[in-house]
Amino acid sequence: MTDLINALLVVILVLNLFALGTSRIQSVIRIVAVQGALLGLVTLLMHERWTVPVALSAVAAVLIKAIVIPAVMVRSLRAAEIKREVEPFIGFLPSIILGAVATAAALLFTRSLATGAVAAAPSLIIPASIATVLVGFIILISRFKAISQVLGYLVLENGIYIFGMLLIEAIPLVVEMGMLLDLFVGVFVISIITNHINQAFSSMDTRRLVSLKE
Amino acid sequence: MALAMIFLPLLVAALAAAFPSNRWRPWLLPLAGACHLAMTVVVIFLPDLADAFPLAGAVAADGSWLSLDPPGRLVLLVVSVLFFFCSIYCVGYLRYRRERSNRVFVACLLAFLGVMSLVAWSQHLGLMWVAIEATTLSTAPLIYFNRSKRSIEATWKYLLVGSVGIALALMGTFFLAYSALPAGLQPSMMMGELLRSSPGLSKPWLRAAFVLLLVGYGTKMGLAPMHTWKPDAYGEAPGVVGAIFAGGVTSCAFLAFLRVYHVCQAAGEGAFVSRLLLFMGLFSMAVAGLFMIGQRDFKRMLAYSSVEHMGILMVGLGIGGPALYGTMLHVMTNGMTKGVLFLSAGNIHRAYASKSTDEVRGALRRLPVSGALFLAAFFAITGSPPFGPFVSEFSILNGAFDAGRLVTAALFLAFLLLVFIGMGKTVLKVVQGRPPLDSSAETYRDGFLTIAPVLALMAIVLLLGLYIPAPIGALVRDAVAYLGATP
Repeated sequence: MTDLINALLVVILVLNLFALGTSRIQSVIRIVAVQGALLGLVTLLMHERWTVPVALSAVAAVLIKAIVIPAVMVRSLRAAEIKREVEPFIGFLPSIILGAVATAAALLFTRSLATGAVAAAPSLIIPASIATVLVGFIILISRFKAISQVLGYLVLENGIYIFGMLLIEAIPLVVEMGMLLDLFVGVFVISIITNHINQAFSSMDTRRLVSLKE
Repeated sequence: MALAMIFLPLLVAALAAAFPSNRWRPWLLPLAGACHLAMTVVVIFLPDLADAFPLAGAVAADGSWLSLDPPGRLVLLVVSVLFFFCSIYCVGYLRYRRERSNRVFVACLLAFLGVMSLVAWSQHLGLMWVAIEATTLSTAPLIYFNRSKRSIEATWKYLLVGSVGIALALMGTFFLAYSALPAGLQPSMMMGELLRSSPGLSKPWLRAAFVLLLVGYGTKMGLAPMHTWKPDAYGEAPGVVGAIFAGGVTSCAFLAFLRVYHVCQAAGEGAFVSRLLLFMGLFSMAVAGLFMIGQRDFKRMLAYSSVEHMGILMVGLGIGGPALYGTMLHVMTNGMTKGVLFLSAGNIHRAYASKSTDEVRGALRRLPVSGALFLAAFFAITGSPPFGPFVSEFSILNGAFDAGRLVTAALFLAFLLLVFIGMGKTVLKVVQGRPPLDSSAETYRDGFLTIAPVLALMAIVLLLGLYIPAPIGALVRDAVAYLGATP
């Protein structure tokens, strides 16, 4: 089982690099959705016995992360009538390289860390989590379109979710549902605001949001 | 009682969302605010009475998800009192904004009251994180109330910076729970268990967790350099929303951070924690002071004042020990004074239809009561006697000397002086002189609903400076004792 989970985590890491390398925003939304589905699968695999709460949290994760949020994102993308992220702050190839470096650094960094008595847990969880968080940050910083920045935030959130798998006993179902609900409402509110940005500024480019400064 | 305090405001929020009359809907705010305040007073000051209610058992039960620790009690009281007065003000304010639907505004304010109670009550750090994130989401639409381009920009920055910051806090919370694993302990996010197992927690993970949580909840509090959203949000939001933010949202984030601080202190990481906090605190005070100098927008100036006071709280925590009393008292005095400042600034903004000192002059003549309150609150917040913040800031300074931190004390005083000069220049420009001739074009005059709550808050600020009532003193001392004790 551990090998299977590690393999799935590798897929998530590869998807991170794809997300960094593509200019089509629709593709990034798809990548985030596939990551969400994989995360639900990993949640299921992390448990030895499948109980109702386990099934519930896996289903909720897939539902929110792989279906509902991507649907909301696609809708606001259509409304904005844009397709691509043009001229990012860091180019696509450099940001893939940066992402690869971040992933390698996360792997090396975790090796030097005291992880102790968690031999049972798949070894890739911590580095995959840190690498995904870093990739989320790269997307957030390097893209200018409001939707792309939200996608960066979602990748970052996926990375944090991966870490949460190590703490299954400490996170009760209610809290996990609360986290997913917060994420959903958050994306919902943000997408309303991005739609308003698009209407008021006739653009999704956050570089136009500069009227408030000292 | 916990469930009632959390769900009653949420229920009224749902009612507000369904309420048909734009004219009568704002009255739901004081209704819920008064109920909440009554419950808060019963829970905090009349525990015998609270026990008589069903569902009140959670107050003292250890190991329960929902129970009130002493710092939680303090923050709950501050926010509940502030919300009550703001809710009365809101009724008056929304009368001037009849043209606009207040459905979302009222519902979001009430939802904030509910999730704020959850922050105060929750003893599970994961649940507390959920509640803090919910305060971000419920307050974002409030900034957007004016529907202008500038308010969209402010809301966007607040949502993005706030969400990313809070996401880092979640990572920190996970790290904190994980730090039990290398030592072979059971991971937990319950405050009680974390405090008990704190000496055994893995140090590198604990330190990483602390840094992430400081950055995460610090973003929400608006510590420099994560404060960038704050002047924009406070500047564009209505004055009453600024009061809720500067006195309520920041106090909640501070409470969340305080619990993490408590765990790290109990784990024996005091020296590491204190260095970071002193740096962040003094840096925030310095940045706030520098940006206040020459600030022409008086609402943005108030935002920097909030950055400064979050810095003061961090400095107080960083000094620890003898300064803790002043720090906990400052949560209360800062919250109340910020209420007066933002509400009176809102009145002035309304009367002049501008928030720049280029147009706003002579507020003392144009609006005698609001202008005087604004001026008095300025003296209060900069630490002049006889107001509450003087007592708390002086007590923090005293604590710094007692702890032998002379450099910290000197910098603290220097930055307070810098802020006094910077803020004073802008405030005096607003209140002194003659109003511009065209300023009477706006019909706004001080009314009972937009003045009485501000006067009441100012009276509390004055009272806290002259004489601290015994129950309040006991509340603050309990919180200090709780933070000092290691189980």
